[in-house]
Amino acid sequence: MTLKLQKLEKLINSELSSKIQNSSLDNGELLIEINENDLVEVVQFLKSNENCKFKQLIDIAGVDYPENDKRFQLVYLFLSHENNFRVKLSIRFQVSQIIHSLTKIFPSANWMEREVFDMYGVKFKNHPDLRRILTDYGFKGHPLRKDFPLTGFNEVRYSEKDKKVIYEPVKLEQNYRNFDFESPWEGTNYIKEIKNNKDGKKN
Amino acid sequence: MVKKTKSLSLNFGPQHPAAHGVLRLILQLDGEVVEKADPHIGLLHRGTEKLIEQKTYTQALPYFDRLDYVAPMNQEHAFALAAEKLLGVEVPIRAKYIRVIFCEIGRILSHILNVTTQALDVGALTPSLWGFEERETLMTFYERASGSRLHANYFRTGGVHKDIPLKLVEDIEKFCKSFPKIIDDLEALLTDNRIFKQRNVEIGIVSKKEALDHSFSGVMLRGSGIPWDLRRSQPYEIYKDLDFKIPVGKNGDCYDRYLCRIQEMRESVKIILQCIERLPKGPVISIDNKISPPNRDDIKQSMEALIHHFKLFTEGYRVPKGDVYTSVEAPKGEFGVYLISDGGNKPYRCKIRAPGFSHLQAMDYLIRGHMLADVPAVLGSLDIVFGEVDR
Repeated sequence: MTLKLQKLEKLINSELSSKIQNSSLDNGELLIEINENDLVEVVQFLKSNENCKFKQLIDIAGVDYPENDKRFQLVYLFLSHENNFRVKLSIRFQVSQIIHSLTKIFPSANWMEREVFDMYGVKFKNHPDLRRILTDYGFKGHPLRKDFPLTGFNEVRYSEKDKKVIYEPVKLEQNYRNFDFESPWEGTNYIKEIKNNKDGKKN
Repeated sequence: MVKKTKSLSLNFGPQHPAAHGVLRLILQLDGEVVEKADPHIGLLHRGTEKLIEQKTYTQALPYFDRLDYVAPMNQEHAFALAAEKLLGVEVPIRAKYIRVIFCEIGRILSHILNVTTQALDVGALTPSLWGFEERETLMTFYERASGSRLHANYFRTGGVHKDIPLKLVEDIEKFCKSFPKIIDDLEALLTDNRIFKQRNVEIGIVSKKEALDHSFSGVMLRGSGIPWDLRRSQPYEIYKDLDFKIPVGKNGDCYDRYLCRIQEMRESVKIILQCIERLPKGPVISIDNKISPPNRDDIKQSMEALIHHFKLFTEGYRVPKGDVYTSVEAPKGEFGVYLISDGGNKPYRCKIRAPGFSHLQAMDYLIRGHMLADVPAVLGSLDIVFGEVDR
């Protein structure tokens, strides 16, 4: 298995040498890092090359690294049935950048890109129908970004008075407690305390 | 004179018995012919991926039961495999066998539900009554192993939670001997049934190329004639030692997919019987106490065991930095987990690849040009469960 992947790594590196930023073979999986502008060409190559034949896009995973300059990472997972191997393709980019859509090459990218747009706010060029997909109608924010609070901003309930479902800001009976077990002596940070401390200096 | 017709938009769901959950389908109809289908999903979105980022690896596992809730352990399996791959833990051989037994039970659970409710959608009530009786038996097996019928939380990184009693193994074996008869009965009701065939043959045809383009997996792929099964092509656990066939369809229509599922249930029974026959003795979870909790008796005696127990259930274990993608052949198709660890005790990112998501995406393409009455038939054969589509 790894031997096959080593061969594949060599092939991709030699054929697309100028476009590959880095390639690694960890845990028996091949990860290729490329520039976001080369995405479409590289994917075309992976799909059509005789020795690759990655005919199926398995998934697109977004990752958020708020401390990085290139904040977002997209990992494209491909599968080749004929050669029986997988490859991961990774791009990193800034918040403001617009990424080329893969819907022309893989129709299944449609919803996957919509999900990334919904969860991270990444925009795609030439996407036929870039709408939110998993979150509620009229939802604001991008929930899988690391700076989005776990509790969210709005909660929903049925109002007996108005005879309809209404939206209200989240009110927690008990604060959300996020214990940091890696340094157990610090205790937990409460949301209210964080808010109060924002004006003053950090604790 | 040409009569001008206006197309009608129809709101199918979100509360519709044939929608198999909370699906809102907006259909553009020209008379009775569907021109366009726009599925609105996310009505069952619970933010599983966000929640998992806040939990330790042990705490994250039960969320996987709640994805595809008709075959819970298959999902747990994918996550356990991902964590094991990053940690480099060896799973004891008995645990592998137990995992396979319960994954195949999950497959039967899921396929019974799908086959019988698909029949229900096209007008046959009896199969679901017969099928659900068997599901109940299977769920008691789940309960006897894990303590709960549905949300099992049974698999662990490095093995399974508890060993299964001998009596349970005997009962599963007894079930496997009697179950093929039930499949025969179901087939007698459906396979040559005139109405069932009229509603399913040549409905929702998927060609080989389109199955690949739309990221289909599992039965959706095999029904179209592509012999691809992760248990065979990228074997995990002990599947490469087992003898089983992979049923493949011919036409890629709803009827072929039904036949594949029926056949897969028979194969699953064979797999379970093989596992029971060979079931070895030994531990069921990795003996490394940095990952798996120590024995209850030891906690009373040994200081070290007590510390291990305390650390495991507060801090959890730390997983080395890296990213892995592991996938299993769940009943509905390829269920994958893409896990990124930053070296801490919680996953940095856990992307869940649900087979139903890609299958439902193709709804528009599958249903175009079909009649309105075919919508439930196609939806039924896609095998959609909203727990995993919406996550």
